[in-house]
Amino acid sequence: MSDLLKRLVSAKGASGNEDEVRQLIIEEITPLTHQVTVDRMGNVIGYKRGSVPGKKVMLCAHMDEVGFIITRIEENGMLKFGTIGSIDARILPSKRIRIGNEGIPGVFGIKAIHLQEPAERETAVKAKQLYIDIGAKTREEAERKVKPGDYAVFDSEMVYFGEGKVKSRALDDRAGCAALIEALKADCPFDLYACFTVQEEVGIRGAKVAAYNIKPDMALIIEGTTCSDVPGIEPQNFSTRMGMGPAISIADLSSYSNKKMVAYLIERAEKASIPYQIKESLTGGNDAGEIQRSRGGVMTSVVSIPCRYIHSPSSVMDLEDFNNTIRLVQEFLKGCEAL
Amino acid sequence: MDGKELLSRLIEIPGVSGYEDQISDMVRDTFRPYCQEVHQDAFYNVYGKKAGTKQGLGPKVMLAAHLDEIGLMVKDIDEKGFISFTNIGGVDQRILLSQEVYIHGKEKLFGVIGAKPPHLQGKEEAKKAVPVKEMVIDAGLDPKRLKELVSIGDLITFKSPLIDLNEPYVCGKSIDDRAGVVMMYETMKELDKLVFAGEVYFVATAQEEVGTRGAIISTYSVEPDIGIAIDVTHGDTPDASKEETHNMDTGPVIAVGPNMHPKLTDRLMNVAKDNGIDYLIEVEPGLTGTDARSIQVSRQGVPTVLIEFPLRYMHTTVEVLNMDTIKKAARLTALFIASMGEGWEECLTY
Repeated sequence: MSDLLKRLVSAKGASGNEDEVRQLIIEEITPLTHQVTVDRMGNVIGYKRGSVPGKKVMLCAHMDEVGFIITRIEENGMLKFGTIGSIDARILPSKRIRIGNEGIPGVFGIKAIHLQEPAERETAVKAKQLYIDIGAKTREEAERKVKPGDYAVFDSEMVYFGEGKVKSRALDDRAGCAALIEALKADCPFDLYACFTVQEEVGIRGAKVAAYNIKPDMALIIEGTTCSDVPGIEPQNFSTRMGMGPAISIADLSSYSNKKMVAYLIERAEKASIPYQIKESLTGGNDAGEIQRSRGGVMTSVVSIPCRYIHSPSSVMDLEDFNNTIRLVQEFLKGCEAL
Repeated sequence: MDGKELLSRLIEIPGVSGYEDQISDMVRDTFRPYCQEVHQDAFYNVYGKKAGTKQGLGPKVMLAAHLDEIGLMVKDIDEKGFISFTNIGGVDQRILLSQEVYIHGKEKLFGVIGAKPPHLQGKEEAKKAVPVKEMVIDAGLDPKRLKELVSIGDLITFKSPLIDLNEPYVCGKSIDDRAGVVMMYETMKELDKLVFAGEVYFVATAQEEVGTRGAIISTYSVEPDIGIAIDVTHGDTPDASKEETHNMDTGPVIAVGPNMHPKLTDRLMNVAKDNGIDYLIEVEPGLTGTDARSIQVSRQGVPTVLIEFPLRYMHTTVEVLNMDTIKKAARLTALFIASMGEGWEECLTY
């Protein structure tokens, strides 16, 4: 299972440039589904025909990730960039990225501590003041490697560490993609649509058209969500807790979950002795926001894998939480059509 | 071994100031094939001696490049298993968030420097850099296990292997001053192609980042006639002023100012000119922040020169170096040493 996760987080896919991860997902789900299509926006939809036609259930995870886009090449060979999705610029100095489809290495430089005024060291870095260094001496040299419009992602491989933990970039939401692919291996009697959306991080744009095309009766979203059980945060502000199982959302900024679906998720989890937690904050949003309001409305709910330090090159996830998310989704698929 | 390969290996070995045992052993082994004699002292300074091949009197020259690196140290472990830490040497707190690290406890453990999620921070808070005292390392272990493996005072180094940027630039951590160690190694190879008088001590010094302490001790021990300090200087950086930085592509930088011997520095520049090696000049009005400051005033005084390489983003995990500069600097240094035969003292006369 974590091999699949490793393949998924190794593929680049900043919002708007999901080609690499899309191709990988198509390869992975082709043997598991009856039909795979890619819609006009680039969403991948795997269709698994049920034995009893009727209800249409959609499982959804987004394949895009936060990243960067090159906006300009300076005379001195340095690159200016825009941020794709929500990234706290304070994490950027002294980090590595990979640019374009070839993955040209670059770094966010910052002037040496010796050259800073004391007040500068106390001030948050803004994305505007940063630049990317690829080691090009001039604009011409840089142009041989990159061009404005090239996308970039953090350079951060998956590392297994601690007790059953993994570190990587893009766990949000490749972990959800991997869980969805694993869950697909279970049999279900109804028509199942496995949907891997684009552009979630820039405003839930892929899910909007995917839901319109699929016309599901119900959708379960599998997301990587903030895990804020870290020092400096009061327990009442914890969103999820690492190692406590998949987090079931009651509501977040983008949608209110369908009560029947939530109750059923809890029921199945308890029956199968799968640890779970209720997401404790109303923060964040995800594909459910658009799917729920598609056409005449769709029943939705969200199951999330807790990820610490989300939207950074060093997100951390507990593999038990990941495995339990797969189990919970598979349990949910047993009988959810009756809701 | 090629210089880049050596640099890549050297930066993987931990050697935070004061804890240079591992890097010291590795540098000792690296020097051995090119020196007649190699030894270490109680401070983890490494000395490689190369005797001249030419008859007649020549100076005893000491080269110094430091093998220690900046890093972090465990300050506390909280009840949930998060590690708080402090810095050893100058570390910009703004580079720390999301950094990958190794904690050198009873085992070498991987961890990441985490932080509060941005949506749980106030508007004012988000305008400030996160202070290092509020950061923690997440090693993914429960507190009991973590406390078995990690103690207060354990060292932490950054995980940032050497990568190639656009040729001939490379990027990684602790190029300050492991590149200087590589430069000494390349100088040994260059010297093998030349004839020179006297003897040369290649010293990889400890504890430079916390006050050039290894240089104080090693210069006393070697008692050289001439000192050559080798360190990094600031390479051109878009967000720093031009006056404070040096072009990355010209060649080595030769420092001038009271910390350096003027006649000896003139000689070094003349050797560069005579051999068509381009160089830049760095003006250092006061003491330099390098081993040169301590070499110069050892015992009865040591005429000293300082050779530097421009390095971008010094003391970060993405220091950027032009590898060609190392080769040019090594050639210059070897030619400079070989230029001093019998009567070399004359060049020091005021």
